[in-house]
Amino acid sequence: MQDLDISILFKGINFLRLLGGLWVTVRISLIAVGLSIPLGILFGMFMTLKNPIAKGISRIYLDFVRIMPQLVLLFLVYFGLTRAFGWNLSNEASAILVFTFWGTAEMGDLVRGALISIPRHQYDSAAALGFTKMQTFYYIIVPQTFRRLLPLAINLTTRMIKTTSLVVLIGMVEVLKVGQQIIDANRFDYPNAALWIYGVVFLLYFFVCWPISLIARKLEERWR
Amino acid sequence: MEETVQLQVQGLIKRFGNETVLNGISFSVHKGEVMVVLGPSGCGKSTLLRCINGLEAADGGRILLDGEPIISGGKNMIRMRQKIGMVFQSYDLFPHKNILENITLAPMKVQKRSKQEAREEAEQLLNRVGLWEKRNAFPRQLSGGQKQRVAIVRALCMHPEVMLFDEVTAALDPEMVREVLDVMLELASQGMTMIIVTHEMQFARAIADRVLFLDRGTVMEESTPEKFFSAPQTKRAQEFLNTFTFEKPNH
Ligand SMILES: Nc1ncnc2c1ncn2[C@@H]1O[C@H](COP(=O)(O)OP(=O)(O)OP(=O)(O)O)[C@@H](O)[C@H]1O
Ligand SMILES: [Mg+2]
Repeated sequence: MQDLDISILFKGINFLRLLGGLWVTVRISLIAVGLSIPLGILFGMFMTLKNPIAKGISRIYLDFVRIMPQLVLLFLVYFGLTRAFGWNLSNEASAILVFTFWGTAEMGDLVRGALISIPRHQYDSAAALGFTKMQTFYYIIVPQTFRRLLPLAINLTTRMIKTTSLVVLIGMVEVLKVGQQIIDANRFDYPNAALWIYGVVFLLYFFVCWPISLIARKLEERWR
Repeated sequence: MEETVQLQVQGLIKRFGNETVLNGISFSVHKGEVMVVLGPSGCGKSTLLRCINGLEAADGGRILLDGEPIISGGKNMIRMRQKIGMVFQSYDLFPHKNILENITLAPMKVQKRSKQEAREEAEQLLNRVGLWEKRNAFPRQLSGGQKQRVAIVRALCMHPEVMLFDEVTAALDPEMVREVLDVMLELASQGMTMIIVTHEMQFARAIADRVLFLDRGTVMEESTPEKFFSAPQTKRAQEFLNTFTFEKPNH
C-alpha cells in the first residue's frame, strides 16, 4: 500500500535524522560561504590590480577552479593530500577547504565584476563635488558595489548548498545518505519508501534554497 | 559686467604620454562672464575643464581662481573644488541615492552643513528647475534632461563661484536639449561665471560673452560671439563652422 508508506517519515526519529543530514551540508556551505566572502573580497580587489603577475596568478587560479569538477578537487584533497603528505584531514575539513577554495574564486570574480562596473564618472563627479578619496569610497563606491554584490553572494550560497551534497562521496552522511539508509533499513516493511523519502529530501532542499533565492530577487529588484 | 578677473589660465600644458593635448593655453574669465569653448573633437576641451577643477594634473602653466593657484592633489584642492561646479556629459548622478540625497550629500558631508538647511536649499533649487515633484525619485526614474538638470542643481547647491559645463546636452534626445539649455541661460542671466563646452552653435552664440576656439591644444581664436560666428579670423575656425552648415545638394 503506497499511501501508507508515508508513515515511514513518522517512524522513530526518521524525519529528525533527515534534518540532521541536511544540516551537515548546510553547515559546510555556511562555513565555506562565510570564509569565501571575506577572502573573495580580497581576491576580487587583487584581481583589479594592473600588475601582470597579479593578473597571471588570478587567471590561473580562476581557470583551475572553473575547469576542475568540484568532485575531483574533493577527491584530490581528501584522498590525495592524505596520501601524498600524510595530512590527516577529516572529510568535513576537506570539504570546507575545497568549497572555500571554489567559493573564493567565484566570489572574487563577482567582486571584481562589481568593482569595475562602477563607471569612472562616478569617481569624477564625486571628486568634482569636493569629496575626498575616502569619502568617495565610503559614500559612493562601496554602497554601489555592495548592492550589486549582495544578491550575487546570496545566489552563490544556494549554489554552494546544492553542490555540497557531493560530500557524500567522501563518506559524509548528509541528507541523501540518511535517506538511503532509511530506505535500505525499511526495504521490506515499506517497499515504496523511496518515493516519500526522496520527495521529502527534495522539499527540504527547496525550503532551504527557495527563501534564499527569494531574498536575492527582492534585493535585486529593490536596488536595481 | 564687473572687471574683476575670476579665473586665469596661464600657459597651461597637459600631456598624455607623448601626446601634448594642451599646448600653452592662456585666457581669463571675468566675474559673471560666460565663456564658450569651441573646437573640433579631440582638441582638448574636456581636458581643459578637467584641469581647471584639478581632475587632471597640469604638466605646465598655472590656473588661478581668485588669484589662488589650483594644483591637482594640492592641499587646497578640496576647498578650491567647492568653488567650482562641474557638470559632465554622462549622467553622473549617484544611482543609489534619491534626488534630494544626491543634491544634499556633498553640502552635508563636504561642507558640513545641516541636513535641514541643505534640504531646504535643494528643494528651492529643484523648484527653480521644475523638478520639485521628483525630489524623492531615483535617478533611473528620470529622463536624461531631468537628470542633467538635477546634476546642475547638485553643483549649484555647493555655492560655486564658477560653473563648468562639458557638453551637457550631447547625450540627450533632441527634445530634451532645450530644457537643460534654458536652465543654463537663466544661470547666465543671474550673473554666474561659466565656462561652457558645447556643440550647440545657436546656443553658444546666444549665451556667450566670449568665445574661445581651440584647435590641437592651442587657442586659435578668442573673440566675441558676433565676430566669431559672422567673421571667423582663422581658416581652422571657418572650416570648423562650416561643419555645422549644410548646403542643398545639386542634382
Ligand atoms: N585619460 C586620457 N588618457 C590618454 N589620452 C587622453 C585621455 N583623456 C583624453 N585623452 C586624449 O586627449 C585628447 C583630447 O581629449 P579631450 O577629451 O580633451 O577632447 P575634446 O575636445 O573634449 O573632444 P570631444 O569634443 O570629442 O569631447 C584626445 O586625443 C584624447 O584621446
Ligand atoms: Mg570632450
